Amino acid sequence: MSKPSDLVQGTLDMLLLKILALEPMNGFAVSQRLKQVSSDVLQVSDGSLYPALHKLEQEGWITAEWKTSERGRRAKYYSLTRLGHRQLEKEADNWGRLSSAISRVVKLKEA
Amino acid sequence: MQPEHWLYTIPLRLRSLFRRREADMDLDDELRDHVERKTEEYIAKGLAREEARRQARLEMGGLEKRKEECRETRRVNWIQDLMHDLHFGLRMLRKSPGFTAIAILTVALGIGATTAMFSLVDATLLHPLPYPHAEELVRVEDDLPGEGATDAGISIPEWKDLQRSGIFQYVVPEIFGSANLTGASQPSRVQYEGVGPGYFAMLGVKPELGETFDPENQTPGFTLDTVITDGLWKRAFGSDPHILGKSIRMDNDLFRVIGVMPPGFRDPGRTVDERNTEQWAELGFSDNPVEASNRSLRLPLETVGRLKPGLTLAAAQSQLDALVASLQKQFPDAYPAEGQWTVRLVPLKENVVGNVRQGLILLLGAVGLVLLIGCVNVANLLLARASARSWEMAMRQALGAARKRLVRQLLTETLLLSVLGGAVGFVILLCMKGFLLRLIPESLPRLNDLSINWTVMLFALAASLAAGIIFGLAPARQAGHLDLANALRQGRGSRGSAEQARTRRVLVVTEFALSLVLMVAAGLLLRSFWDLYKAPLGFNPQHVMSVQLWLPSPNDPKTDIYGTASQEAVFARELLRRSRLLPGVREAALGAEPSIPLQHDGNRSQLIVEGRETQSKQPPLVERSEVTPEYFHLLEIPVLRGRLFNDGDDEKAPLVAVVNQAMARTYWRDEDPLGKRLMLGRGRPGVGLHARKTWITIVGVIADARTESLAKASVPQIYLSLYQDTPKELAIFLRGELSASAIPEEVREMVQSVNPELPVYGAKTLDEAVSASLEQRRFSMKIVAVFAITALLLAALGIYGVVSYIVSERTRDIGIRLALGADRGKILAMVLRQGLGLAMAGAAVGLVGSVIVSHLMAGLLYGVMPTDPLTFAGVTLVLTVVALAACYIPARRAMRVDPMIALRYE
Repeated sequence: MSKPSDLVQGTLDMLLLKILALEPMNGFAVSQRLKQVSSDVLQVSDGSLYPALHKLEQEGWITAEWKTSERGRRAKYYSLTRLGHRQLEKEADNWGRLSSAISRVVKLKEA
Repeated sequence: MQPEHWLYTIPLRLRSLFRRREADMDLDDELRDHVERKTEEYIAKGLAREEARRQARLEMGGLEKRKEECRETRRVNWIQDLMHDLHFGLRMLRKSPGFTAIAILTVALGIGATTAMFSLVDATLLHPLPYPHAEELVRVEDDLPGEGATDAGISIPEWKDLQRSGIFQYVVPEIFGSANLTGASQPSRVQYEGVGPGYFAMLGVKPELGETFDPENQTPGFTLDTVITDGLWKRAFGSDPHILGKSIRMDNDLFRVIGVMPPGFRDPGRTVDERNTEQWAELGFSDNPVEASNRSLRLPLETVGRLKPGLTLAAAQSQLDALVASLQKQFPDAYPAEGQWTVRLVPLKENVVGNVRQGLILLLGAVGLVLLIGCVNVANLLLARASARSWEMAMRQALGAARKRLVRQLLTETLLLSVLGGAVGFVILLCMKGFLLRLIPESLPRLNDLSINWTVMLFALAASLAAGIIFGLAPARQAGHLDLANALRQGRGSRGSAEQARTRRVLVVTEFALSLVLMVAAGLLLRSFWDLYKAPLGFNPQHVMSVQLWLPSPNDPKTDIYGTASQEAVFARELLRRSRLLPGVREAALGAEPSIPLQHDGNRSQLIVEGRETQSKQPPLVERSEVTPEYFHLLEIPVLRGRLFNDGDDEKAPLVAVVNQAMARTYWRDEDPLGKRLMLGRGRPGVGLHARKTWITIVGVIADARTESLAKASVPQIYLSLYQDTPKELAIFLRGELSASAIPEEVREMVQSVNPELPVYGAKTLDEAVSASLEQRRFSMKIVAVFAITALLLAALGIYGVVSYIVSERTRDIGIRLALGADRGKILAMVLRQGLGLAMAGAAVGLVGSVIVSHLMAGLLYGVMPTDPLTFAGVTLVLTVVALAACYIPARRAMRVDPMIALRYE
């Protein structure tokens, strides 16, 4: 499974979960929304998106539903499960601790 | 994982597993939908439709690859993969039916043969004793190395000491013999065994009907009770439902049947006769007919025991050694120091297994070699196929298949092949089981029936898998290390890499080496057999038949009608007179059973030579037998010195004996044995002569004859006159133009017209006896020969394949040479040389292996050295010729190459 070069795998999962926590949507919409809310900084490649989504589904953190979309096509809509919410909280906590630790190191006064 | 997790994920995984196509379609839809939306976005941004679509597709990447990645996140993948691989493998195998057929057949042959041999080994070597906790069963043997005696028997007080020693749960003495059974449908001769009361409890087998002996029984002598086998019950009593309580007579002694043993129960004796025991009598061994109080009197009993549970053989042996030491101190007269009396514990299965172990291991090794060669052949085939498929493999990898996945798939394919082959072989084995069972010689001790049980099936499966791994490893590994660019460039008709070719050559060399080893083994066994077969017998078995009969030896001597030598002599002479009247008979003679050549284990008595009585407390043993005077002439054994018996040597005359040269040389090396006197001690009980303190004079010396065993040229033997003794087991010898089918009945009628209660049995020609004694060797030799030929054929096939391959590989090269004017004969020579080179390399390696193996089997050879140059040279020659023949066809093809076509060939 190819990993996105600009994001660590674990954080990708967390970001996807968060987007889906906002509202249920399909895969394309998730990548669009992520790009939008991060002002184009966080972009997930199409090749990494779907394997990641399927993995999240496998773990039971998100669940999917097939609906007929606006254009009359079948589309798969993902939403967060209760387990997913818990996992999101956990990962968000971890991320918080990690990022503040990194910030502290980076902000150290140089001699 | 929390339970909720499972709830969410199980339906998903199950769906992936079982509704794969739907899941697949969904995945497809999902990804395409994404591409569509992206396309629309690009169009909205101003790109042309085509450009937008192209851009969207590019960003998604290869659809198949993405789908594969998504699928891989589903952790139920490996089952799916396996199913897929198996399906794919089956399809591939179906596509090349020729290859598949050869491969499966080769594997089937190898696995089938190996499994058959293994089941034989399983029944005879691994579980020879079908009794509970058989590892606790031992034989107790007394040795007196100071007197040169092994297994010298045991005295009753000593046995009682063993019982009290705390080493054994049970220790039981046994006496074997045969008796006339009367009171059944026909008088017959039956092997019986007198055993101590603990016998059945020791072996731990329950009777089918009735009961067995009570181990607590204190009766000192024979009791009335007897137990019989299921076989005897069916044969002699027609499965009489009222068998229990029935009275029967053994040698006119009355017994009462109290139990019947289940079918398949046999005594774990040392000889075929002992194992064929059909009747057990309970003997207290404390009184008449057994002398119970004399510690120095060793009785020729076999002693069997069951160790206390948890006691190892080594621990028991050391406890026994301690007991022996203390008894020696306590009773110095009974155990003189020069005798060096020791008592050995031998695991009981040695009885059954002892002398066949080496032979069977050899056969198992041989068949393993054949299997190995078969595997090598299949490996070669697979490698050739892998070379041809390298384009396919390269393409698949270029399209995104993982290397590991491909390797796994190839391995699955080969394992499928090997398991299929193994299954086919197993089925063939099941079908041929009856036929194979008949091939096994009778003398191979088998207490168990040969059965295809779970162990054997498991072995077949394991062997198939192992075979598959062995021959699958090379091609799979090579697929994993494929040079993609090279393979793709070579196109569909690719030939594979140089490394693949080299591996194939190595494999062929291995095949030849292994074949050589097998052929040398077969050759050596063949020569051993031939030498033994051709060994001068010292007697002439042609046109001679022997028929056995049994005179009863009842426990009460007063009821014995042949009790004295004169009484028996009258009977004997009458028998001889009537025998000479039978149709076709030219000569007739009578002898005790041990005089039948090549039949018996031997009957030995203690020998005391006049003038040397005090030399040792434990006298040496010699083979003895009683015969009428005509015996030697009938068998054409020449007399070298002195005279043979005549009718004047009867009961009233002094006892005389005739010895053979071996005995004369052993005991009277520098003297003339004629006129020397000796005494003979106890024979085995039930064989007539009890110790008589009378001197016997030697009157003649005959030439050595191999009447004891074909392999032993000179065994000291002594013959007594039948008219001076009362042996009970007799044989009638007839020479002439005899009808092998009519004689048994004619002799039976003749004997029973003299005494209707005597059983007559065991009629056979001496030629048969000679042949039967070679049976086991013949069996080994035949089997190894079959293996060797199979191996050679497989190796020839292998070299044919490789040389063909070499030729097609170098077709262009050959075409060029021919175009440049090379002589076609030279091309032929070149190819032949290549093939021969491989064969010679194989032969060289094989020779080394053969020397090692032949030294390992030295114990099975007779009359030929393990490094016999004739065999080695002959085998190498055969190998070379076969290799040349196998190379010839492809070489001719090379010779016929049309340079025009070859050069055009791309």
